[in-house]
Amino acid sequence: MTTATEQPPAAPPPAGGDGGDAGAGTGGGRGRAVVARLADLGNALVIPVLALVTALVVGGLVMVFTDPETLDEWGSFLSDPLGALEASWDLVSESYEALWRSSVGTPRGIGRTLVEATPLALAGLSVAFAFRAGLFNIGAAGQLIIGATCAGWVGFTWDLPAPIHLPLAVVAGFLGGAAWGGIAGVLKARTGAHEVITTIMLNYISYRLLDYALRSDAFQPPGRDDLISKPVRESARLPEVSLGEVTVHAGVFVALAAAVAVWWLLERTTTGFRLRAVGANPDAARYAGMSVPAMYALAMVVAGGLAGLAGTSNILGRPSFSLTGGYYSFIGFDAIAVALLGRANPAGVLVSAFLFGALRSGSTGMQAATSTPVDIIVVIQALIILFVAAPALVRSIYRIKAGRGTAQTFTASWGS
Amino acid sequence: MKVELRGITKRFPGVVACKGVDLTVESGEVHALLGENGAGKSTLMNILFGLYRADEGEVCLDGEPFDCRSPAQAIAAGIGMVHQHFMLVPVFTVAENVMLGVEPTGPLGRLDRVEARRRVEELSDRYGLAVDPDAVIEDLPVGVQQRVEILKALYRDARCLILDEPTAVLTPHEIDELMAIIRQLADGGRSVIFISHKLREALGIADRITVLRGGEVVGHTTPAETDEQALAAMMVGRDVQLVVDKAPARPGEPVLEVDGLVVSDDRGHRAVDGVSLTVRAGEILAIAGVQGNGQSELVEAICGLRPVDAGAVRLDGRDVTGHDPRAMFRAGLAHVPEDRQRDGLIGSLPVADNLVLNQLDRRPFSRRSVINRREVRRHAARLVEEFDVRTPSIDTPVGNLSGGNQQKVIIAREFFHADRLLVLSQPTRGLDVGSIQYIHRQIVAKRDEGVAVLLNSSELDEVLALADRIAVVYRGRVVGVLDREEANRERLGLLMAGAVEEAAAVEATGEEEVTVT
Amino acid sequence: MPTTLTEPLAPSREADLVAERSAARRRVGFGVATALLGLVAMLAFGIGSESGLDAVFVLSRSSDAVQIPDVTVPARATGLVLGVVVAALGALLVTGVVRRRTFLVFGVGLALFVVALLAWAARGDDISIIGLLDGTLFRATPLALGAFAGLLCERAGVVNIAIEGMLLAGAFVAALTASAAGTPWVGLVCGMAAGVLLGAFLGVMAITYRVDQIIGGTVINIFSLGLTSYLGTQVLARYTDLNDPGAFRAFGIPGLERLPLVGPLLFHNTIYVFLVFVLTAALWWGLFRTRWGLRVRSVGEHPRAADTVGIDVLRTRYRSVMLGGAVAGLGGTWFTLDATGGFNENMTAGKGFIALAALIFGRWHPVGALVAALVFAFSEELQTRLALLDTPIPSDFLLMTPYVVTIVVVAGVVGRSRAPAADGQPYVVE
Repeated sequence: MTTATEQPPAAPPPAGGDGGDAGAGTGGGRGRAVVARLADLGNALVIPVLALVTALVVGGLVMVFTDPETLDEWGSFLSDPLGALEASWDLVSESYEALWRSSVGTPRGIGRTLVEATPLALAGLSVAFAFRAGLFNIGAAGQLIIGATCAGWVGFTWDLPAPIHLPLAVVAGFLGGAAWGGIAGVLKARTGAHEVITTIMLNYISYRLLDYALRSDAFQPPGRDDLISKPVRESARLPEVSLGEVTVHAGVFVALAAAVAVWWLLERTTTGFRLRAVGANPDAARYAGMSVPAMYALAMVVAGGLAGLAGTSNILGRPSFSLTGGYYSFIGFDAIAVALLGRANPAGVLVSAFLFGALRSGSTGMQAATSTPVDIIVVIQALIILFVAAPALVRSIYRIKAGRGTAQTFTASWGS
Repeated sequence: MKVELRGITKRFPGVVACKGVDLTVESGEVHALLGENGAGKSTLMNILFGLYRADEGEVCLDGEPFDCRSPAQAIAAGIGMVHQHFMLVPVFTVAENVMLGVEPTGPLGRLDRVEARRRVEELSDRYGLAVDPDAVIEDLPVGVQQRVEILKALYRDARCLILDEPTAVLTPHEIDELMAIIRQLADGGRSVIFISHKLREALGIADRITVLRGGEVVGHTTPAETDEQALAAMMVGRDVQLVVDKAPARPGEPVLEVDGLVVSDDRGHRAVDGVSLTVRAGEILAIAGVQGNGQSELVEAICGLRPVDAGAVRLDGRDVTGHDPRAMFRAGLAHVPEDRQRDGLIGSLPVADNLVLNQLDRRPFSRRSVINRREVRRHAARLVEEFDVRTPSIDTPVGNLSGGNQQKVIIAREFFHADRLLVLSQPTRGLDVGSIQYIHRQIVAKRDEGVAVLLNSSELDEVLALADRIAVVYRGRVVGVLDREEANRERLGLLMAGAVEEAAAVEATGEEEVTVT
Repeated sequence: MPTTLTEPLAPSREADLVAERSAARRRVGFGVATALLGLVAMLAFGIGSESGLDAVFVLSRSSDAVQIPDVTVPARATGLVLGVVVAALGALLVTGVVRRRTFLVFGVGLALFVVALLAWAARGDDISIIGLLDGTLFRATPLALGAFAGLLCERAGVVNIAIEGMLLAGAFVAALTASAAGTPWVGLVCGMAAGVLLGAFLGVMAITYRVDQIIGGTVINIFSLGLTSYLGTQVLARYTDLNDPGAFRAFGIPGLERLPLVGPLLFHNTIYVFLVFVLTAALWWGLFRTRWGLRVRSVGEHPRAADTVGIDVLRTRYRSVMLGGAVAGLGGTWFTLDATGGFNENMTAGKGFIALAALIFGRWHPVGALVAALVFAFSEELQTRLALLDTPIPSDFLLMTPYVVTIVVVAGVVGRSRAPAADGQPYVVE
């Protein structure tokens, strides 16, 4: 009999084992906590910022190696090495300068960037929300299309006074997306079908549904036979708002409100706690009496609704007002990048959505000013998420020591 | 083979796992390596086996320096290791597992299964390790799986065999068999290193004993020169009292009644087969048995975590069969789960959140589903203080705490709301003696408050120290219920091995006398 | 004292209620589904159809060596009869007359339903069955190759959701290099090399840096889509002669190709179909009969065990992932060197994900994956054939079929299909 032992009650039990930081007690001063928080914030920012820088550098290289004129210069590298370098530098710096100018360099540009960032923020919140519950929502694209279709239909079919019409259209967009996301959520909850596969399939189905809708009389304006819908009525459009010289539409505030709501839901309510618990450790959540399937379903419904709002803000706000074929799908994929870059946290999502919005709104200006095509943005974004998703990669490039941050692991396998 | 470790030091970030350890194992010798959890035994052996690299010191095999960089090298040098958690691929056959890594092959790398099977059969005949080479591992009981592990080492012609806590999952009878095998291997000239924290086993089998504490060797001895008390003092570093102080139980009314419960395991096999139990207020009923005899499934079914196929569970006379875990909490159940990291805690969330994990939806922690952060933090600070959880702050992710402190977080959370029934599964597994003593005292205190305690433990010592009554399970049935006074190690051992299967499914109400032959 | 512990603990008894109950639920579920199919066939293809029209099933092409006569059936009667048979099969399942092989019975019911559907769609017309099957085989190629790529990775414990991106990269590189070199063979090799590169990249993320494997794979997908789209508009659109790869031509295996029906179907094809058959056999033999396979599987099931017997887990995983990348790259070259003869933006259109579903449906087994790929491909081919015939179903809905089928399969099968135990879990060497 050895493990069952008793010792004099006065002696404190020895501090258990290996924790190097154990024993400090709980009375740590508030000031120290704030400093620690700031340090954490700094740590959290290092990787995304470096990822952005690296992506821009590599994006510049891609520009150089796909620009015929610059490549010509490199062809004569041996005879004129400086010329090649100069041409490359000019190309890259001019492109990025034009990008900067037309995205955040002018009030007009800022307005355009904010409008571009709005659906990205909402869709990014959608992906981030699902992330927090341990789900990977690749289906923002499809949910967004269904949401936009519902909102658009309400917007151009019904004829109501604006104070009723606009909210109705927004609610329809949310519900449409929620229902579409809910399919994946319920399938995951009931059968264990992996949400990555189901949401991707639902994306393709939604593209077809949109095409079908756009061919139908209910959507197509009379006398047209291309894939476009009637424009949303004035009464359902998001009003323009001017802040100084910057003009945006009200969708921007919807996105801000959604971010606050998501934060509050996740951090301040028991439901949000359950979602996070299920996301972090479904086994322990189940042992603590939480219903894991219900949380999966709920997470996908809310995520779908947020993506639906993204589509809604796009269709009810300038400049579109009309649904077109295959128009929205890119937002769904950018949303993944936005969520990853924003570390699945609402404030981070807003910042990274602004960044991506700037890239997008600046790219047309860039193409006009230089010969660099708009598509380079896609490459830069792909590079950003690459570096964000692989923090260790960035760390090894910049030789930074690994921080205390916990690795993000969402899904282990295909099991139920 | 003679194995010498000289001045081995190994540091991990923040800890020194081994400090200048010297160890010599002669060929033909059984050498027991004793120490508490975390004393550095496993680290030391992982260095010998090439899984870790020592920061300082050297290893000599038969007098030759041996620089081991990988398990492959260790195996080639004649070292074999039977890990505490078996290193067997569950979906492979015995033969496939045994030959993995040293497969006999034909042209194009084709596996020569006939040859592999022949060699496995030959080895199992020679050492009396009966196994079917074509059986699939996951269908085999743990005792047989362990034989496969030993076969694996012999197949590679291991001349030094390391056994890491080999008896944890065995019945007393299987332990006897294992000891005979070990003795036979040593007599054949092999050296055997037997790692354990169980003193009695070390005294029973070893030729020599080395005791580790805090990563250092605190003594070499032989079974003839020492006894349990002295070894325990050496291991823990101070005199230890071997019994928990507790007053006789004053059992009250029945709290938990389990009636003819039938439960299936994950693979759909019947794991609990008609178990009936009663736990009364103010008593500790321990479930004893070799791991894997349905205890886990029984506890999960009681807690609403596993569907009940037949039978009933009653709490305070109310039928709660098939309630979900949340309803069970509301009915007055507190549960300390077996796998604390997987099921008990959410490692990435702070200590404070983990302390209210299953109580957050109650007042005062939340109102109308809005969390009251201040109450949660105040509550956490109080529990951390009261249960002496060593943590830098209540905002630290709980995964950063040591095992003992993690378990204290769970204990604090569950004991806080345990007012009727407390179910504990392996509450002290893998903890150091200090934490174990602390938790044991808390359990007894809860009992004395009048809470009904159901303790599931595969540590016989823990069962004997804490229990007021003991229900022994074997193959999903209760094969006997003993009062603490009539229980002893031998009697329990017999029951745990299923010695009285005819007397199966005795109703464990406590009034009934069970005779053990 | 008897020790009887050598036999399995708590063996499954005859009256194992739980297992039986769940089997019964499954059986009734399949039974109801089958009965519904039968009902639909009876009502829509039988009663609801016009009478007096015949459907002609064409079984040979004019170029075939052995001509098999066409089969002509009365459309309405076929729908009715097959509908009744299918409904009866469903009833057998529901009532419990048939208790075993429920999935097989369901499969037979589904097949008969499809025949009834074809007869209905081709009423008053003819439909080339040989063309349907040939098209199935053709479309199954990238799915099977993608599934094999996933198989190689996942058997070694790395979830590969990047098949889509690897297919796309393979397609792009093959188009570019084959056009530049003037022979598809160069494209084939370079496309595979591109797959290997992305495989290595997935390895770096998933194995070395232990990034969440689903995220790592998605990153590759987005990266591959972004880069190929960019280079497509930047390079291929500008220099169109760089997007003009020659296509592989079909060839026959002497002797075998003259067999009736199977000859033209199986033994007269492009190299891809033959490669799929060869790979199926090679993967089966390799994974389950060789030392290589035993080690790969051990790493996917229990990497720590493999490590302790001296198998280099990380290297084994890298090799598997890169080999998988090569196979996916090969599948990608099919798009540009066989299917279309040129690269288009996002031309893989989700095939990589359908391949993944085929892998799950095929239970991580080469033969199963091939069969699953054929099932998916059949649904795709059927959809295009139906679109050609005069059916009242809108084409957009027909185009959804493969995706809907994928969801149904993943939802219906995933719980019962057992992935390698360590699939998706990074391994930390101590």
